[in-house]
Amino acid sequence: MTQHVPLRPLSVLAAACMLAACGQQSDAPAPSASVAADAGGATLTVRLGHVAPLTGPQAHLGKDNENGAQLAIDDLNAEKMLIGGRVAKFELLGEDDQADPRQGTTVAQKLADAHVHAVIGHLNSGTTIPASRIYHDAHIVQVSPSATNPTYTRQGYKTAFRVFADDVQQGSVLGAFAVSTLGAKKIAIIDDRTAYGQGLADEFEKAARAAGASIVTREYTTDKETDFAAILTKVKSTRPDLVFYGGMDTQAGPMARQIKTLGLAVPMLFGDGGCTVEFHKLAGDAAEGNYCSLPGVPLEQMAGGNAFRERYKAKYNSEIQLYAPYAYDAVRVVAEAMKQAGSTDTDKFLPALAALNYPGLTAQIQFDEKGDIKDGAITLYQAKSGAWQALETMGGKASN
Amino acid sequence: MDIFIQQIINGLVLGSIYALVALGYTMVYGILGLINFAHGEVVMIGALTALTAIGLLLPAGLPGPMLVLAGLLIAIPVCMAVGFTVERIAYRPLRHAPRLAPLITAIGVSIVLQQLAMIGWGRNYHTFPALLPTAPHQFAGAAITDLQIIIVLTAAVLMAGLVWLVNRTRLGRAMRATAENPAVARLMGVDVDRVISFTFVLGSALAAVAGVMVAANYSIAHYAMGFMLGLKAFTAAVLGGIGNLGGAMLGGLLLGIIESLAAGYIGDLTGGFLGSHYKDVFAFFVLILVLVFRPSGLMGEKVAERA
Repeated sequence: MTQHVPLRPLSVLAAACMLAACGQQSDAPAPSASVAADAGGATLTVRLGHVAPLTGPQAHLGKDNENGAQLAIDDLNAEKMLIGGRVAKFELLGEDDQADPRQGTTVAQKLADAHVHAVIGHLNSGTTIPASRIYHDAHIVQVSPSATNPTYTRQGYKTAFRVFADDVQQGSVLGAFAVSTLGAKKIAIIDDRTAYGQGLADEFEKAARAAGASIVTREYTTDKETDFAAILTKVKSTRPDLVFYGGMDTQAGPMARQIKTLGLAVPMLFGDGGCTVEFHKLAGDAAEGNYCSLPGVPLEQMAGGNAFRERYKAKYNSEIQLYAPYAYDAVRVVAEAMKQAGSTDTDKFLPALAALNYPGLTAQIQFDEKGDIKDGAITLYQAKSGAWQALETMGGKASN
Repeated sequence: MDIFIQQIINGLVLGSIYALVALGYTMVYGILGLINFAHGEVVMIGALTALTAIGLLLPAGLPGPMLVLAGLLIAIPVCMAVGFTVERIAYRPLRHAPRLAPLITAIGVSIVLQQLAMIGWGRNYHTFPALLPTAPHQFAGAAITDLQIIIVLTAAVLMAGLVWLVNRTRLGRAMRATAENPAVARLMGVDVDRVISFTFVLGSALAAVAGVMVAANYSIAHYAMGFMLGLKAFTAAVLGGIGNLGGAMLGGLLLGIIESLAAGYIGDLTGGFLGSHYKDVFAFFVLILVLVFRPSGLMGEKVAERA
């Protein structure tokens, strides 16, 4: 005790200093942010946050999104777009949410505190939904290029938008496809227990049951697992004629291989999360013959899709994984709304965004009252000789 | 019944890998009383090194099994070097520090190794080429591949070799003496620092083999693969009785089988209340039960003599 007494005044002093320092720090960014937006006369700095997993198992998809968004930023800066008579200079603040809902809210708060003008993201439904509340409270527009869980736009947040068809649409298309086109009668369903995987699997189950198929088993894994031997053994015992997986490519790929290893000769079907170039790499020979769906039309059918692929390849020296064109469009619609409103103020450009009718790269983009894309198309693909071959596209209007 | 046999096979394959990794934890703990949390990352480095080596050797047109062997022979010395270096740089300076310091350092080393691997190998999942035959053999209604048979046999041979080394050789005697009492062992002429280095190197070599096994079996390798595997192997070591070689092997196999059976039957047993994603929960629940009723693990003799 006696040893501690002389220290006490010091520690109080230290605490006081820290408090004072903290106070100054938290005050500092706010004025500088508004200065950046208002000052400079000729140029107007527009700061867009971007959030996706840049580390962890889905880092390849996260980086893909960020690359797509960065490409749009580069284009916008080259075009010297005018917002309210001033040349806009766009900046991307890339954040990493590790596909983890907790980390997602942390970085969302960070972006809100940094007073970004809008946010592109997040990638996963599981991170997008909790983050959307923070952006709503901070009155920041959020456009997700890839979160498909319906809940995201059904929380009554005016700030939430997406440029991708949701899981209700995708799940019902997949369910109908499984039963009527593939003729599946006994279906085993596996999901990764994320907001995306579980949501899509639920919608698929509803649609498949409605179409007359029976669900023989429902199994679960996680978005970090690589060993599916145990659950696939269980699946095998139920003798299904189709395995549906709600989750991402990093599980779908190894799962396809392990299905083969176990001697279970049935095709797999999954949604957009597995519909990637990476899936073929991960599944190897076992990729052949499996099916997936992807909201939107195939890249080749997008106006300027092939040109976009070439530019992406030239800049990043890799193939587009999945959502890069949608991330590109997400940035473009925000910029377009700001241009039409002549302002980067949320109050001004939010109504413009809600009423937008914009010929994007991926589709003619118009939002419904929830913030979902109108007439979202969904395309079904089959893996043939190492690539996804488009089978059919349902719904949607291609851009012209 | 064929499902039960299949689940046991799944569990044995998984358990063999856990056991190999668990040996690394248990050997270091037995000698230093340190939980080397960086051990899982050594497994990851082994897998990724072998992958890179195989990628470079692929154009040479060697047959598949030769390539895997070559990858393994390159991964083993690399992992040994990593293990040796980590001990030398991170743990040796803390030999006489309070117990918490090396433990926290171990977590730090784990993060550093993982980030270095991320910088070196990138964030993507890497595909391990299918070089070993994976066509399933039918066996009593269950499927098992050549690769899986190789994994179980290799693990068994390595474990037998390790037991022989520890119990029958001069070096093994030095290891046991150091584990018993380092100060007295030093007085008896044992080069304690050398023995400790050797323990790390040996554990890392086993980790390299385990890494290649995991990568070949799941045909996937990435910079973050070591974390969960390390945690599971650590659990296996504690389950069997940490510091005890036989315990690590038993714990590894048991944990693998428990996980497989849990994933296969938990849904039916609980009427769908708990799904197959609860298999990890089940594994850790068994661990808690063992710790409550036998705190020293299944094969541990006394309550943590060195703790």
